[in-house]
Amino acid sequence: MRSFCTTLFLALSLLVALSPAAPAAYAEDIEVYSFDEPAKEAIFQELITELRCPKCQNQSIADSDADLARDLRDRTYLMVKSGASKQEVIDYMVARYGDFVHYQPPMTVATSILWWGPIAVLAGGALVILVRVRTQRRGEVELTDSERARLAELRKAQQKDTDQ
Amino acid sequence: MTKPWRLAILLLPLLAFIVLVGFLLRGLFSDPTELSSALVGKPVPQFSVPDLYDPEQRYTQQVLSGKPMLLNVWATWCPTCRAEHAYLNQLAADGVPIVGLNYKDDSREKAVRWLNTLGDPYQLNLFDAKGTVALEFGVYGAPETFLIDAQGRIRYRHVGDVNERVWQGELGQRYRALAAEGEN
Repeated sequence: MRSFCTTLFLALSLLVALSPAAPAAYAEDIEVYSFDEPAKEAIFQELITELRCPKCQNQSIADSDADLARDLRDRTYLMVKSGASKQEVIDYMVARYGDFVHYQPPMTVATSILWWGPIAVLAGGALVILVRVRTQRRGEVELTDSERARLAELRKAQQKDTDQ
Repeated sequence: MTKPWRLAILLLPLLAFIVLVGFLLRGLFSDPTELSSALVGKPVPQFSVPDLYDPEQRYTQQVLSGKPMLLNVWATWCPTCRAEHAYLNQLAADGVPIVGLNYKDDSREKAVRWLNTLGDPYQLNLFDAKGTVALEFGVYGAPETFLIDAQGRIRYRHVGDVNERVWQGELGQRYRALAAEGEN
C-alpha cells in the first residue's frame, strides 16, 4: 500500500512538474516535501521551525497541524524550492503576517525595552550601591558636647588600662 | 541626604510595583489572538480570482478601490461567519459596500447555497478556493474584515465577527470617517 502511494505521488508530482508552469494552486496537495538539493532542504527545515503559526500562536509552522500552518509550510516549500533565500521567505511572511510570524523579532523601538531593560535595571542597582557606599564613607559624624566629653573619658580609661 | 530625597527613594519600589500591577492587569484583559495587520496603510495586494457564482468571470485587485468599502473573509465551515451574517445583511441594506472573499470553502455549491438561504450582503463575491489571496492579505482565520479606502489602501483589519458593538467601535468609526471624507 505504501509503495503504491509513493508511486502514485511520484507520478502525480511528475505530472505537476511536467505541466507547463504548474500554478501555485497545487500547494494544498503537497504531502511530502522533497528537495533536489540538501542545502535547500536545510533552509526549509530551519524556516519551518523559526516561523510561527499566526493561528495557533505558540507553535511553529512545523509543529502545528492547523490548516494555516500547512498553507504556510507549502508556501515556504514552494519558495525555497524555486530558489528563494531564507531571508526572502522571512521577509515575505513578515510583510503579510507582521513581525509576529517570526520567532526572532527584530529590534524596534517597541521591543528595545526587552534588550535594554535588564541592563538598565542592573545599572540602576549598581548606581544605588555606589551612591550608598560613597555617602557612608564620606559621612563624618558630628558629636555633641556631652558625647565628646564621654569619648574623652572612655579614652582616658582605656589609656589607664593599657598602662597598667 | 535631605528628607524629600529619602522619601522619594523609599517610594520608588512601591511606584515600580504599581506600574507592574497596571501592566499585568492590562494583560489580563487583552486578547493575544487579536493581531494588527502588517498591511495597514499599504495598497491591497495583487490578485486574480474567479467570481463565486460564475467561474468564467475573474476579478483583480482593481475591484477593491473607488470608494471606501469592507472586504469580508468568510466560509461556510466558520460558525462565527454565520453569526455575523445577519449583521452584514443589515449593513449592506444601510448602504455599506461589502465585498465578500470566500476563503477555502468546502465547495462552491455550498457557499452559493449559503448565500441563497441567508441572503447575499456582498456587492461582489470573490472565490478563493486555495486561500492564496487570503495569504496575500495575511488572513489567519475567518471571519476577518478589512476596511479599504477609495484609493485601494488597507486602513484597518478587524478579526472576529462584525456586530453592533464592533460597528459602533473602531471599525465603524473609521468607515464613517472615510465615507464622510469622500462626500466632501
